[in-house]
Amino acid sequence: MTSISMGTSRNTAERLATIRGGAKPKRHNARTIAALTRNPGCARRAVLDTAGVDKQRLAAYIDFPARFGQSGFAIARGNAFESQVKASGAAELVKLLRERLGLPIPEVAYDDLETVTGREKETPEVRYARSRALLLRAAAGEDGAGTLFDHPLLGLDVAGQRVYLEPDLIAFQHEGRFHVVEIKSFAVVDGQADPGKVSAAAIQSAVYVLAMRQMLAEAGYDPEIVAHDVVLICPRDFSNSPTAVLVDVRKQLAVLRRQLGRMTKVDTMLAALPPNLTFDLAPDADGVPTRAPEALVDALQTVDARYAPDCLSVCELAYFCRAEARGCTAALGTSAREELGGIEQVETALALAKGELSPAEEQTEAAALLRNAARLRAELLAPAGVTLPPTLAPAGTSVAGAAG
Amino acid sequence: MSTLTALARAEAVAAGHAQRITTVRHLHVSDRPLVFLPLSMAGEANAPLGALVGTDPVEPKLLVVPQPRNRDQRFGFAAELAEVLLPYLDSFRGVTEAVAANRGREVRYRYVDAPQVLVPNSAGIGFVRLFGRSTRFRRTDGDYPVHPSVPLLGQWLTFLADRAEHPGSGMLLAMTEALGLHWATGQSALEDAHLAALLAWIDPGDGLTGADAAVVAEDPLRWPPAGPATDPTFDNEILAPAMTAYEEAAASGEEVRRSRARGVLEEAVRSQLTPTWELMWRGVSLLRRLPAGARVDGRWAEDRDVFSNFTLYVDGGGYPQPRRDGAVNAAQRLHRLERALQSYAVQRAYDDPLVMADHRLTGEAFVGEVTLADPHRIDDSGKRRVLRPRIQVTTGDVVLVTVGAVLHSPSRPGQKARVVFVTPDLSTGQTDVVLELSGGLGRSLSPAPGSVPEVGDRLCYTTLSDSFMPPGEFPSREETPWTHGGPPQAYEEPVAPSVEDAREEWA
Amino acid sequence: MSSSGLLVPRGGGSGRLVLPPGEAARQVIGEVLADLHSGQHRGVVVDSPPGAGKSTLVVRAAGELAEAGEPLIVIAQTNEQVDDLIDRLAQAKPELPIGRLSANDYTATDRIKNYSTVRVAAKVADLGGSSVIIGTAAKWALVPEGRWPWAIVDEAYQMRSDALLRVAGRFDRALFVGDPGQLDPFSTVETERWTGLTWDPMQSAVAALLRHNPELPVHRLPVSWRLPASAAPVVAEAFYPFTGFSAGTTAGQRSLSFAAAGFGGGAVDEALEMAATTGWALYELPARHTLRTDSEAAAACARLALRVLERGAVAVSERSPGGAPVTADRIAVGAAHRDQVAAIRAQLGAAGAGITVDTANRLQGREYDVVIVLHPLSGRRDATSFHLEAGRLCVLVSRHRHACVVVARAGISELLDAHPSTEAVHLNVPVKFPDGWEANQSLLGHIAAHRGMTSPHLT
Repeated sequence: MTSISMGTSRNTAERLATIRGGAKPKRHNARTIAALTRNPGCARRAVLDTAGVDKQRLAAYIDFPARFGQSGFAIARGNAFESQVKASGAAELVKLLRERLGLPIPEVAYDDLETVTGREKETPEVRYARSRALLLRAAAGEDGAGTLFDHPLLGLDVAGQRVYLEPDLIAFQHEGRFHVVEIKSFAVVDGQADPGKVSAAAIQSAVYVLAMRQMLAEAGYDPEIVAHDVVLICPRDFSNSPTAVLVDVRKQLAVLRRQLGRMTKVDTMLAALPPNLTFDLAPDADGVPTRAPEALVDALQTVDARYAPDCLSVCELAYFCRAEARGCTAALGTSAREELGGIEQVETALALAKGELSPAEEQTEAAALLRNAARLRAELLAPAGVTLPPTLAPAGTSVAGAAG
Repeated sequence: MSTLTALARAEAVAAGHAQRITTVRHLHVSDRPLVFLPLSMAGEANAPLGALVGTDPVEPKLLVVPQPRNRDQRFGFAAELAEVLLPYLDSFRGVTEAVAANRGREVRYRYVDAPQVLVPNSAGIGFVRLFGRSTRFRRTDGDYPVHPSVPLLGQWLTFLADRAEHPGSGMLLAMTEALGLHWATGQSALEDAHLAALLAWIDPGDGLTGADAAVVAEDPLRWPPAGPATDPTFDNEILAPAMTAYEEAAASGEEVRRSRARGVLEEAVRSQLTPTWELMWRGVSLLRRLPAGARVDGRWAEDRDVFSNFTLYVDGGGYPQPRRDGAVNAAQRLHRLERALQSYAVQRAYDDPLVMADHRLTGEAFVGEVTLADPHRIDDSGKRRVLRPRIQVTTGDVVLVTVGAVLHSPSRPGQKARVVFVTPDLSTGQTDVVLELSGGLGRSLSPAPGSVPEVGDRLCYTTLSDSFMPPGEFPSREETPWTHGGPPQAYEEPVAPSVEDAREEWA
Repeated sequence: MSSSGLLVPRGGGSGRLVLPPGEAARQVIGEVLADLHSGQHRGVVVDSPPGAGKSTLVVRAAGELAEAGEPLIVIAQTNEQVDDLIDRLAQAKPELPIGRLSANDYTATDRIKNYSTVRVAAKVADLGGSSVIIGTAAKWALVPEGRWPWAIVDEAYQMRSDALLRVAGRFDRALFVGDPGQLDPFSTVETERWTGLTWDPMQSAVAALLRHNPELPVHRLPVSWRLPASAAPVVAEAFYPFTGFSAGTTAGQRSLSFAAAGFGGGAVDEALEMAATTGWALYELPARHTLRTDSEAAAACARLALRVLERGAVAVSERSPGGAPVTADRIAVGAAHRDQVAAIRAQLGAAGAGITVDTANRLQGREYDVVIVLHPLSGRRDATSFHLEAGRLCVLVSRHRHACVVVARAGISELLDAHPSTEAVHLNVPVKFPDGWEANQSLLGHIAAHRGMTSPHLT
């Protein structure tokens, strides 16, 4: 069970529990924490995430399901690559650390902290304590303290709550210094990889670095013994053989600290919301929600969103927010909104452009620009005859036949 | 994004369908394009799963890889693709035309037409690039021999992917980008990357608004993703069982069973590609209906030049392109790309008043009427008397050009106009711009007929210049300086692929 | 209010310097020249923070190498920089024959024509007898042959790697001098084709040089002679967090005062008083999302600049202990975009004709007494990497010898707070510091304490 740390007032904790309703808080992992950095200005997201609301379930229930399905092929490939790298006491991994990173590793001990027989029912607290004990022994440089620690369970304070991170990394210790090792199955071709995927891996690794540093610092060690260079292991070119690259995550660490620090301001945000706000689905005995979807939509609308098209690829609620933002210039993208002089509503922008609306004082300049733009479009489109409704090609071309 | 395009997006929201942002088409559309729709297997590094490919809208060829993780099948796919693509490329190697080269001292030949490959989106171009990379170093001998067409295909795919980077080239185009160049939708640029949604805005059909049609188009059941990535639900619910069934059937040794299972798999892949195939040809049809800009042919001629040269290179047994550009190659290519980008931007503005309007809005161009003209003005301040006519252009556009700036008019190439005075009239909102002309006036001290604009003419003047920019000079590869690592290693040199390259870490 | 403006100890409070600033700078210059003369290094890099005597170093090194009989070329980035260097070198070494390599259509400026030792030509062959030949990188790139024992590459951080590649064949060894905190060079072409390569042509010349030759000595000039004691620690902390530098002058050596009293000027005068007293002022306009060419902000920039002239500002410094008038050519207004520059220039009108108004890109390497800055994030709803770029802000707030007034809409702090971090990460590309976000926060934290008491929109 997640405990509430001393940092959050009892009041706030109760508010968050109310917002969440009866459901268990959604467990954070490195990926969800990393996602917090993507749209920090969105109050809706901040409130839901801090309260641990299951946004995916909520979105599906109000009929705006998220489209973050994962292909079984991708999962299988990821698992296969990971087990290949970790096989025989992580032999391939050690070879890479030695050869590619030039680390003089003499003997290697490999401890998997997840799969200890008979301990499947351990609580996170117990697992965390065990991981902590082992890692601290290594930090102290004790004999036989180990080299590679697979799946250590780490903890991090998120918005005043202790969050245990679903472990998906190896901590590598050499001469009292730790490196986070992240195994990913996207390819590095000729030294390049998909920057979006590298970026996601970097920020997730940074979450682990931060959590390890926090743990070591609490135990009185210098947090800097966890390197800011993380080791990324990926398949090389089009093959299955792994390659190692060091990724400097100092910028990601700074971003995370900033955003985690910001989340503690949740009290201020909550103060502005209705006291009885809740996203409780009120499930019956069989787990079937009994609350009307409309009631949940109403609840969502009491918390401001900051929708941008980028949300579609990162937030489970994005399709709802997009529908809500219809008619707003924000839905056209940040650069379009800027070019429209920052006018909020498409309708307003067009009325100003046509001169049908007299601008408010702060809209004067934007209105002048829009009128000018509208004049040019009108001047140039009419004579060119390009107002044609773009219907399809007439029958008779082979193309239209294909179009059906 | 310019304000005009943003306004067009706003208009699209209100109108319920996409709005034109150009008056002409700015790219070449071939009479016989080849449409290529690749699909790749999730989780793998560009492993082909299948493709629809061909030049006939009603009879595409379907390629399927039953087990994309299998190396032989992967290169089997490459060989099958080569069977379609290479004859297509060859079909343009018939008629040539002579072109004067080296200031008319020499003649070289280029093909009168060239191939044009269309993929749905920029990820499709990425597929072409990576598939070229994974095939061009393959060898036809040794441990893992491939069909001789495979490395050749790799060279051509790499060639096409390189051209796709070149601003203004039309040899490999992403349909979403080609359409997005001409239409503004009422959604964001990010959503425009979805071909079905983009076309839904351009042609919502059946009384739907663009917004509603786009929402429908986003449903992967009705409009599967245009690839190369597949819909995860399709992977999990249809493809995975079909693949397993095929593997089991193949293992059983029963040909009928295997063939039936393959049929199921083929239909599954076809079902994901056919809707996009139709969208592609709808896109082609929409583009064809736009009149081409005046300079489109010139850019296509450049594509034909490059195509002709590359056929010579390949015929001469040229080595596959290196994995990465070496220092000199990189600098040269950047230089080429920068020149092409600038000239493409200027050419589009010169070809299309609606594109020029972007520059009028930012004050870098203006359109006005000639209100005064002194065509016979002589400047005798220098060593010799020169003809320097002056004209005054009066415009309602915003004028931000400064005195001394040199302007050009799209309709008067070869003539320069230096800004002498800029006088805004705040009461009328008009601005008088006095320009001094040089060039294109004939050889004598009186202007050739028609060489000086007359009072009443309506003209556009802009800071954009279409004049020739001489190419820069670079050291040879062997002369790569010490500041840049010295002469390159084999890695970034075009060389014959070694056995090592061909085996390529295939584990 | 923060006391950092006036009360910092000598040396900018960095505590790093034991030596007096002049001595510390001399020592570094001595080390640089020793490295050059040692013949042990193919290249020597000198990082020079704003106003740290980069040109002095270049002129001195050029003079010494030339006098030692080592034929030498100097590669600068712009024609103006070339003329600056020639002017200073010809003054410092009146006997030294200097060649100016120029484009065919270049006409020598008056300050070049004055020197009988300077020859101007479009071809190296026509500059025979010159001990030093100076030209832009673009011009040197067209010189097909010839190799000199030495080159000095000025403003090397503004130079792109591909430009260095084109000229590097012309020299055996080189001294690279520049400011790493300013704007990186850029390309209009967007491609990731070369990302991660050590010879990526889009990176800076120094980045390419050091990635291939990591053993080269890198020196840092430790003292800014331009920035006053009020600015050096602020700029150093925000933009040079790992290396730092200090002010070469004390607070007591520089002062700014006005001949005419601020009567009726309201918020504008208050901001100027604040700037004169503390070296910084934030002229804050009410929060509003505006067009880039926010006319209210442009007008404020113009009014502030004109008011400095109207009130007869006088600058006392180590150069003119008796005080020198701050004339129009000693005032600059800096902005991020060209259309903003045009808007500000229009507001300045004829009265401000002599005042420099320019973008950060074009203000690089230049120096004024008083600088008015239109904050790149003012009035914006979203920050982009362009507007957040640390180098842009660094250039804008490090051009002044006396005072800097930042004009901004309120709300930048909230904008930064809500900024999503979506920066793509590329393999094998060194991470660049400082981060634009952090640098913006750091500077904002400092100048926020320098708001005037009156809200400008009430006047």
